[in-house]
Amino acid sequence: MIQPPPSGPVPWEQDFARKLLFDMLRIRRMEEKCAELYGEQKIRGFLHLYIGEEACAVGSLHALVPDDNIVATYREHGHALVRGVSMNAIMAEMFGKRDGCSRGRGGSMHLFDAATRFYGGNAIVGGGLPLAAGFALADKLQNKQRVTACFFGEGAIAEGAFHEAMNLAALWQLPVLFCCENNLYAMGTALARSQAQTDLCAKASAYGMPTMAADGMDVVAVHEATKLAVRHVRDGLGPFFLECRTYRFRAHSMFDPELYRDKAEVEQWKQRGPLHTFSARLKAEGKLTEDAFLDLDAKANAEVQAAVAFAEAAPWESIEDLLKDVHTPGATS
Amino acid sequence: MKMSYREAIRQAMHEALAADPRVFLMGEDVGKYGGTYACSKGFLEEFGPERIRDTPLSELGFVGAGIGAALGGLRPIVEVMTVNFSLLALDQIVNTAAALRHMSGGQFSVPLVLRMATGAGRQLAAQHSHSLENWYAHIPGIKVLAPATIADARGMLAPALADPDPVVIFEHAQLYNLEEELPEDFHCGIASAAVRREGSAVTLITYGGSLPKTLAAAEELAGGGIDAEVIDLRVLRPLDAATLCASVKKTRRAVVIDEGWRSGSLAAEVMARIVEEAFFDLDAPLRRVCSEEVPIPYAKHMEEAALPQTSRIVAAVRELLGT
Repeated sequence: MIQPPPSGPVPWEQDFARKLLFDMLRIRRMEEKCAELYGEQKIRGFLHLYIGEEACAVGSLHALVPDDNIVATYREHGHALVRGVSMNAIMAEMFGKRDGCSRGRGGSMHLFDAATRFYGGNAIVGGGLPLAAGFALADKLQNKQRVTACFFGEGAIAEGAFHEAMNLAALWQLPVLFCCENNLYAMGTALARSQAQTDLCAKASAYGMPTMAADGMDVVAVHEATKLAVRHVRDGLGPFFLECRTYRFRAHSMFDPELYRDKAEVEQWKQRGPLHTFSARLKAEGKLTEDAFLDLDAKANAEVQAAVAFAEAAPWESIEDLLKDVHTPGATS
Repeated sequence: MKMSYREAIRQAMHEALAADPRVFLMGEDVGKYGGTYACSKGFLEEFGPERIRDTPLSELGFVGAGIGAALGGLRPIVEVMTVNFSLLALDQIVNTAAALRHMSGGQFSVPLVLRMATGAGRQLAAQHSHSLENWYAHIPGIKVLAPATIADARGMLAPALADPDPVVIFEHAQLYNLEEELPEDFHCGIASAAVRREGSAVTLITYGGSLPKTLAAAEELAGGGIDAEVIDLRVLRPLDAATLCASVKKTRRAVVIDEGWRSGSLAAEVMARIVEEAFFDLDAPLRRVCSEEVPIPYAKHMEEAALPQTSRIVAAVRELLGT
């Protein structure tokens, strides 16, 4: 296992640091609103919140470039947003509206966006991993320097798809960054209760690829680790497995009564919350004032408010279009 | 020119690989081994290991990778050894390949061609002999083809590859050694059924490995003065109900021959379409000849008894006509 870069002062310019803080705030405020809207029945279906894990998406996605491919899971609101899918389109999707990023057909679990090469939004645990290997294979065969970043939780590691995809990627030296967000629970089943080997990097190493574990509650650690990992992949050295050790503050979905973990454990992890720890660090280093923080927060809240208004006002897709796009229009046959 | 089904498949793939650098072949033993059914013999030497890609025994993984590669701009032909093994990849086919375009609001097409062998008749028992075409034909978002002639084996791949959506091609394992004349023009579409034999007394509807048996039955019936029309579905999804119903309206009787099990079969769907669209044109109840509802057994006589055979088809028609 490659050791993550040592932590110290935030090694970034003030603007970049604030940008990442702002993105974490955007996710947090958007999702807090989503939970509220779920209570109001504006958002239906499954809603899996990312609250607590924001440093993972923000830190890693800022180490990628627009031409890279992103494959994510059903807990992907944050990834979509940081990747550049507009909050309006995400919110409208949650509402099931036509102007949603998947025309209201996908909902919370299936956010897609061709423009930002955001390939969902996969609600079959582990389902995105073979897909990511395929993207990377296409890029390799077409001599593209692109990285495919594939996000998944530690639950996916129990799936056969994980092992098959890891093997393919390593065997064919494919440019995939496997980014495992280990939040310790596969829905309600703790890692140690479901997997014999709980050292996830050890499992990935078995496929002959380099691995690294980063503190997923620390956006600096995640970003610096991802930069190293991305460099490895982009240099054509094959896949890389990055584990971000994190924690989900909210329930698995809105239906989850959380019988499987102690409140004390949740509280303990909240002490390490990525937003307040990072903003405290920036303040201590003179890169952020309380006023500046409040400004960013107000901006994030305004964006959320606008997104909700957009989603409310957006039209529903016409039922006449129900069968549209089962197949591609103009198919040759 | 006389050609085997195997050779027709091989030539179709060869042509595609030679014509389009985006096309590549991936699957178990497609390279060094030359293909389980020798359909890619010599390809590895000619096109190299990047484009003729031997995979590990990871159906879920490499079918999923095929979907990703299709999304990434290539035109993969993914070969799964048999339909029984494809069950290991069913998640990727149903939950991703078939659903992606609609689920993403029309943003992504998946131009994937998935080939697999299907069917019984070689004493391979219950894990290598099944006909699960109807499972795939149930799924919106994919097209399902069953080439049953040399011309279709040669001609169907090109339109399948040109199709922007996932296409699953079933090659009945009993057909690989079939030899027929390859017509000069084998180019074809993948939208319609074909009338393989014209007749007036009864319509026999079938597909894939049951076509030769059905044509043989029609010949035998002709000897007894019964003039049967034989329709080859060719395309199992979407079903070409128009061709079926036009024939049934003419002959007023139909028997469906399907190597799948009867319950929930493709035959059931075909019969339902006829009932919906041509019920008042029928002079007799519809009938079907399907596989017996058992896992296909190993012993030769037992396997034969489990499958639709020419004699059973003939008997079903005679019973229907009361002759």
